[in-house]
Amino acid sequence: MQQIKISDINAYYDDYHVLKNVSLSIDKGHIVSIIGPSGSGKSSLLKLLVGLLLPESGTISISNKIINYTNKDHLYYARNKTAIVFQQYNLFQNMNVLKNVCIAPHKIQKRKKEEVEEQAIKLLDKVGLKNKLNSYPEELSGGQQQRVAIARALCLNPEILLLDEITSALDPELVKEVLDTIRVLANDGMTMLIVSHEMVFVKEVSNKVVFMDEGAIVDYNTPHNIFESPKHERTAEFVSTILR
Amino acid sequence: MDRLIQELPSFLSIWNIIFLLKAMGVTFLLSLIGCLVGFSLGTLLAVFRKTKSAFLIPLRILIVIYTEIFRRIPFLVSLLLIFYIFQIVKITDSLFIIAIVTVCLIATAFISEIVRSGLESVNQTQWDAAKAMNFSYYETLKEVIFPQAWKVIFPPAFSFFILFIKDTALASQIGVMELTFAGKVLNNKGFSPILVFGTILILYFILSFPLDRFGKYMERKYATN
Repeated sequence: MQQIKISDINAYYDDYHVLKNVSLSIDKGHIVSIIGPSGSGKSSLLKLLVGLLLPESGTISISNKIINYTNKDHLYYARNKTAIVFQQYNLFQNMNVLKNVCIAPHKIQKRKKEEVEEQAIKLLDKVGLKNKLNSYPEELSGGQQQRVAIARALCLNPEILLLDEITSALDPELVKEVLDTIRVLANDGMTMLIVSHEMVFVKEVSNKVVFMDEGAIVDYNTPHNIFESPKHERTAEFVSTILR
Repeated sequence: MDRLIQELPSFLSIWNIIFLLKAMGVTFLLSLIGCLVGFSLGTLLAVFRKTKSAFLIPLRILIVIYTEIFRRIPFLVSLLLIFYIFQIVKITDSLFIIAIVTVCLIATAFISEIVRSGLESVNQTQWDAAKAMNFSYYETLKEVIFPQAWKVIFPPAFSFFILFIKDTALASQIGVMELTFAGKVLNNKGFSPILVFGTILILYFILSFPLDRFGKYMERKYATN
């Protein structure tokens, strides 16, 4: 079953053509990574799915429902199916760790407070932050904040998890703790779309890899066909510079 | 000095005290209503100004024009303008109401700008995170944006209010019997200007000091995590 189907999408930031005729299908439970140089439209593709960037043309369907992102109910549906973790964590600065994780499931999804808190504490335990429930984001390191952001996304019980360069703002030694968290999740059967520059990690966890350049999808193939024997010249060039 | 001591008993006659307290009440009401209306309406206007929806564009343009005009013309000019507009349309001839309308218009314009810049100070990433989790515009403001914006809004808002109490003195120019005007009247009656305006000074201080403390209290309460 296809969880996400993107067809012929074009999107713009003002005059800048950021996504050019992008089409991509992702099966349920698959982990797909998006690689490519800076400014190639990787993050924009994720923003598109959660309605932070509106397409000019083309269609997107999530769980077999075509999403009209200008319709309030459709937007709610799309955002309810997905959860995104941002590069800069985007934790709410005015709330402690537990509140950050609980607020949307409780106030927006209208779930019971006790049930949400129980799940939140379980998740924070899973990412190794059970002892930081009452800390505020500014008191945490980047790696800890990013793990809170992952717990916050998971507590929404999304069908699709979107990870937007979640390690690129972190010190090298913090990268490992965050990636280890994702490795654990990768076995849970959630559909994931990962934008990353961590090639070793991408190779290891992905079912498929997308290579993007200048707003278009150049290559969409298995990790083996992207990294070991790339078919496109541009992919080969990119992979060789990045793995060197 | 001898003159001051000599005048003091007659200056502190029951009539003068009632006269001054009444005038102080007028200044207090002008300031209080101006601050309360200015704060609520100003916040509302700032919130409207921040919306992105297309059919609110005319409203947003009106808000911008209004705030830009009323923040730029002197208090006294606004006051005279409103005074003469009221003379023409003849809604009311109560000077107090005219002064109230003017102070509200001015305070709203200033506070709206202070709140707007407070809202702008909160990083766009906070909006993105809230949107992606299905927060509505109102929920985002209430749960995420305002709690972070207060610490940027309160200090300039309260220093504006303190200035504002003093500016209500200009209402005397259209004949509203507020503190400064009352001072002039007593001075004209022959009391020493130092005695009269010294008293007025103390009364202004009594009005603005609690507001200053209240501002500090609000900063402490809402501006920290």
